[in-house]
Amino acid sequence: MRTTRWQRWSGLLFIAPWLITFLWFTLGPFIASIFLSFTNYRFIGLPEWVGADNYVRLFTDDAKFIRSIINTLYYTAVHVPGIMVMAFFVAILLNQKVKGQPIYRTAFYLPSVTAGVATAYLWILLLQPNGLVNQFLGLVGIDGPNWLTSSTWAMPALILMSFWGLGTTMIIYLAALQGIPQHLYEAASVDGAGVIRKMWHVTVPMMTPAIFLTAVLQIIGSWQVFTQALIVTNGGPRDSTLFILLHLYRTGFEYFQMGYASAIAWVLFVIILVFTVLQFGIARRWVYYEGASER
Amino acid sequence: MTARTVDSGLPSAALASGGRTIRSRRVQALQLLLRAVYYLILIGGSVMYAIPFFWMIRASLMSIDMFYEVPQPLFPDPPAWNNYTDVWQVGPVLWWITNSTIVSFVGVTVGTFISALVAFGFARLRFPGNRALFLLVISTMMLPQHVTIIPQVILFRELNWLDTLLPLIVPLLGGAPFYIFLLRQFFLTLPLELDEAAAIDGASRMRVFWTIVIPLSKPAIATVAVFSFISHWNDFFFPLIVLQSSERLTLAVGMRWLQAGQYEAQRLHLQMAIALIAVAPVVILFFLAQKHFIRGIALTGIKG
Repeated sequence: MRTTRWQRWSGLLFIAPWLITFLWFTLGPFIASIFLSFTNYRFIGLPEWVGADNYVRLFTDDAKFIRSIINTLYYTAVHVPGIMVMAFFVAILLNQKVKGQPIYRTAFYLPSVTAGVATAYLWILLLQPNGLVNQFLGLVGIDGPNWLTSSTWAMPALILMSFWGLGTTMIIYLAALQGIPQHLYEAASVDGAGVIRKMWHVTVPMMTPAIFLTAVLQIIGSWQVFTQALIVTNGGPRDSTLFILLHLYRTGFEYFQMGYASAIAWVLFVIILVFTVLQFGIARRWVYYEGASER
Repeated sequence: MTARTVDSGLPSAALASGGRTIRSRRVQALQLLLRAVYYLILIGGSVMYAIPFFWMIRASLMSIDMFYEVPQPLFPDPPAWNNYTDVWQVGPVLWWITNSTIVSFVGVTVGTFISALVAFGFARLRFPGNRALFLLVISTMMLPQHVTIIPQVILFRELNWLDTLLPLIVPLLGGAPFYIFLLRQFFLTLPLELDEAAAIDGASRMRVFWTIVIPLSKPAIATVAVFSFISHWNDFFFPLIVLQSSERLTLAVGMRWLQAGQYEAQRLHLQMAIALIAVAPVVILFFLAQKHFIRGIALTGIKG
């Protein structure tokens, strides 16, 4: 077919809506936020250039910021491995031949679909001293703490709540499990492998791409925890659940220190970028892509 | 996903299929025990995950006095049905629902359509810079929202869009990077000969898109529409920042507004009623379109 100049360029028309909104609402603001992070800007008047002052202040004179980073690290360190192990376990359970599998799957998956302010509301109730969580702990003889008023227990409470949302991770694992060719298990059986060795030498290696993907997503997500920190604990008590994004929100949109908040945004962005790049860097060592070596 | 089940190494799989194992009596007893434990964990876990929803319904039907009874009644008796009539008085709830519906509706219809259009451009048409621009789409997909939010708010202020639904709606007119990505991957799997045959017959590109690619991609598009509805309905961070007046809020932000107001303790029951109203459309959609949620995973190309 002869290609006219019109045909050569007309494809751009199809992507134009995205391109225009990208330039307008993403690229422009992206560049502007780098600039703003080096200024003092209080939403009125003009931004005043202050050089690297905002960044210096963040790391030398902002205890709340340091606290919010430590809090977020704490959450990430428990939430990410915890939710991955639990989701893996549930996915293995659901992947058996079992009657009523769709019902169990729905029960585990639904909470991750409804996540938002409404379920955060609900957890305020569940985490009351006489709430469902403590009633459940009482059944096994544990006297549960007053989760939301204790600076020791508020963070574990939010982590506990996060485990309720393991659905998305679980569904990704379930899809990956069902993609493992049956003949690998048969071959392993012929070689005399038992249950444990099949799990370790077939299931886990074949699952590494899914495990890698969920690790990347969960770590990105846990640096951006916001809704539950605002609704359930409002950062407290005594800043024990002050997440970095909540700190950004307050600085920028309650105190209107928008230059300073932009600096927080950039530090957060760089942290997420470094974590993600690092993970891709070490992925080659442990993630197995079927057929990758044949290419 | 439902029908196929594989032996992933747990004993119960072998148990359920049976047959292959040597059947001495002791082995059978052990198998039975394992199976019982397996069901116990599965059912117990499912119940634990489902109970909070029951708790939500229960609390939304309790009168405020019942919250202070010791012990609280397991089943509110009589159920305080009037919570669901009183709830409309605590704030402009009907406005919140309307606003959330408008944003979600535009997101699902216009947003999905334009994402598909853009995805079609990337997947099926050749033009200079196609690959480079698509890389940009993928990069923005990973760009956290908070990096651009402050200049965006300043921009919206200059446009006089703050405290209106425009900041939530106008950016949708360019499609969403994640859905563009998903749909492009799907469109790539359709045979290119279809387009070529249609082009020889004189069909324009828009016609190819509308009469060939779209009808063949209905399942993928439905999946994107469902995901898009959920994410707009639940969206919180962005609307929280751009909306302010009580009657302009979306439902999620309205719930925050309620919480921040006074008399908080006195209307816990009404808050739970609103929470249930907010969750209901999502749950209903989930049950109507369950297969799309599951398919969404396959669409992303994560399989094994």
